[in-house]
Amino acid sequence: MDIPSEEYLLKCSSSCAGCSDSLTLRYVLKAAGPDTVLIVPACCTSVIQGMYPQTAFNVPVYNIAFGAAAACASGMSNALRALGRKTSVIVYAGDGGTLDIGIQALSGAFERGTDFLYICYDNEAYGNTGMQRSGATPLGARTTTTPSGKMDVKKDIDAIVAAHSPPYMATACPAYPRDLFQKVRKALMFRGPSFLHVLAPCPPGWRFSPEKSVELGKLAVKSCMWVLYEREHGKLSLSSPSRTAMKKPIPLEEYLAPQGRFEGINAETLEALKQNIAESIKRLTAEEAGG
Amino acid sequence: MKTIATGNKAVAEAVKQAQPTVIAAYPITPQTQIIEQIAEYVASGKLKSRFIPVESEHSAMAACIGASVTGVRTFTATSSQGLLYMHEMTNWAAGARLPIVMANVNRAISPGWNIWAEHTDSMQERDTGWLQVYAGSVQEAYDATLMAFRIAEHEDVLLPVMVNLDGFALSHISQPLDPVEIGDFLPPMFLPHAIDTQNPAGYGVLTGPDDYFKFRWDIERSMRDSVKVIESVQEDYARRFGRCYGFTEDYCCDDANVVVISMGTLGKEAEVAIDMLRSEGIRAGSLRLRWLRPFPEINLEGREIVVIDRAYSFGFGGILATSIRSRIKRDLYSVIAGLGGQEVTYEDIADFIRQRRIGEECWFGVNDHA
Ligand SMILES: Cc1ncc(C[n+]2csc(CCOP(=O)(O)OP(=O)(O)O)c2C)c(N)n1
Ligand code: SF4
Repeated sequence: MDIPSEEYLLKCSSSCAGCSDSLTLRYVLKAAGPDTVLIVPACCTSVIQGMYPQTAFNVPVYNIAFGAAAACASGMSNALRALGRKTSVIVYAGDGGTLDIGIQALSGAFERGTDFLYICYDNEAYGNTGMQRSGATPLGARTTTTPSGKMDVKKDIDAIVAAHSPPYMATACPAYPRDLFQKVRKALMFRGPSFLHVLAPCPPGWRFSPEKSVELGKLAVKSCMWVLYEREHGKLSLSSPSRTAMKKPIPLEEYLAPQGRFEGINAETLEALKQNIAESIKRLTAEEAGG
Repeated sequence: MKTIATGNKAVAEAVKQAQPTVIAAYPITPQTQIIEQIAEYVASGKLKSRFIPVESEHSAMAACIGASVTGVRTFTATSSQGLLYMHEMTNWAAGARLPIVMANVNRAISPGWNIWAEHTDSMQERDTGWLQVYAGSVQEAYDATLMAFRIAEHEDVLLPVMVNLDGFALSHISQPLDPVEIGDFLPPMFLPHAIDTQNPAGYGVLTGPDDYFKFRWDIERSMRDSVKVIESVQEDYARRFGRCYGFTEDYCCDDANVVVISMGTLGKEAEVAIDMLRSEGIRAGSLRLRWLRPFPEINLEGREIVVIDRAYSFGFGGILATSIRSRIKRDLYSVIAGLGGQEVTYEDIADFIRQRRIGEECWFGVNDHA
């Protein structure tokens, strides 16, 4: 499947250098095409979009309050279907707007079977307000509200979404653009709610240099700290980069070392992270094998 | 055909006739019957709306916003805590210029939990950019709901409208209802800024001070323009269906020495008090405020004024009394009565008028008229 050359994210966008949120969006919009409405809650994306009267996105974007995106999508999708339109309704929200304040609306919209795609780009903190911890911040990571490292583990939003049994859900990372592109295309083929959870390495938030965004995404996958998979009608299949990585993950230190946010992580926390990874590999391989 | 209905049923009936494309709502006493009735209409095919039973009021308004911006008619209903929970989104609906219609069944705010009538819930929405009308009878709740769609969706308004009715005192009591054949009273909705994928735009993007300021002024300008729209819609309603409404309902005010001002069912109760006082030779009148936003012109030159408030701004005063005082530019007698459903009879109201002390405030049942 060729990735179209059309650009829907225009050149005037105002993201940080090396931003994987915008990189993700670029592929998402290429996959979704022009008959798409984005619903964006408060997050970095609402800044990247630019300032009135300009907009950096070449599809309609409906900005909405922080905790309201999925509910807004329920209303919009119902109205558009009532009008006989097939327009793709895509929520494009950060991890805070998904795992924390937006989870009630997310859960409601999934339970009601709203026909839409919910994309959570996960930079593992509140970027918009200057890198405070979110439910997605991993154990041990320093943020402005966890200055000595987060004490709680990352909330498992995928398990929570999976419990709603959507017809399609997947994880992705813009370091693997073809995989991301295909998953968006696929998600939009399903009627009802679908979910895409995208790891979005964030240079200022994670404290690494901007040219390394793609490399960081690859290291996340290769260390199995981030696993690429899809779940179609509940059936899990690992995506090939993760299938390969799981056979022989690279040492976690190779992923953590380039990031300032894990600086000074203690041995105990590092061990806990490694254990979480080992458990997730075990769980996912067993699930794929039907165990 | 004339029937008997509760306030809640009357609202649901009006919604059925207005045929919104999307209705999203969450139950709360005493509003629940409205959405139950609507769900029933939708389930039985009498109403061809998409009914979204959302998981909260915040989501109810968010869903209405998402639907409305595609250019379709939308409705929701709530009360008290639900309205408070929705507050972030009610501001959004007005700022985004979406003609959503909502029924709010006025109810006290917790704690303590109290499900009875009070106006503090909707009064706290005064400054959001919603138009607000308060019904005094079942018939009026019905008529106001129908008119609300036409007013909200008018090109000179494009702001949301809240139809308020007193919890239980109106929502649950039965009165005669004479529904209308609406015919073409409600034209198809046209939203000039409806989402259009052929013409992509950013909605609600980051906005600098100057543009933001202009948008706020646009809301105020539309509020001012809405006065004419409300007048003409109410006139058209009277012409078509024979029922006349104004911004206020005046009762024996022309020759009155003293006028009592109130809202909702207390305003109807006040009319009975006026009849009683008149029979005793006291020249009293009643003015029931129907519209709170836009705020009506009030011309009561030379009369003494008693205001009954079913809402309060702590540390300041009765909200209605404060508004009236700032408009008439003189002092009045402010009575706080009926909070949390406190019973206020026409005899009590007659006492407020008889024992008025201009320039003072009284909490009924606490420090006076007990
Ligand atoms: C009700 C409410 N509370 C707080 C905020 C402030 N706020 C705006 S965006 C944001 C964080 C967004 O984080 P996330 O969803 O992870 O997206 P990111 O900024 O990282 O892209 C916060 C706390 C808000 N807009 N609304
Ligand atoms: S803070 Fe991170 S996610 Fe936000 S715009 Fe900058 S790079 Fe992108």
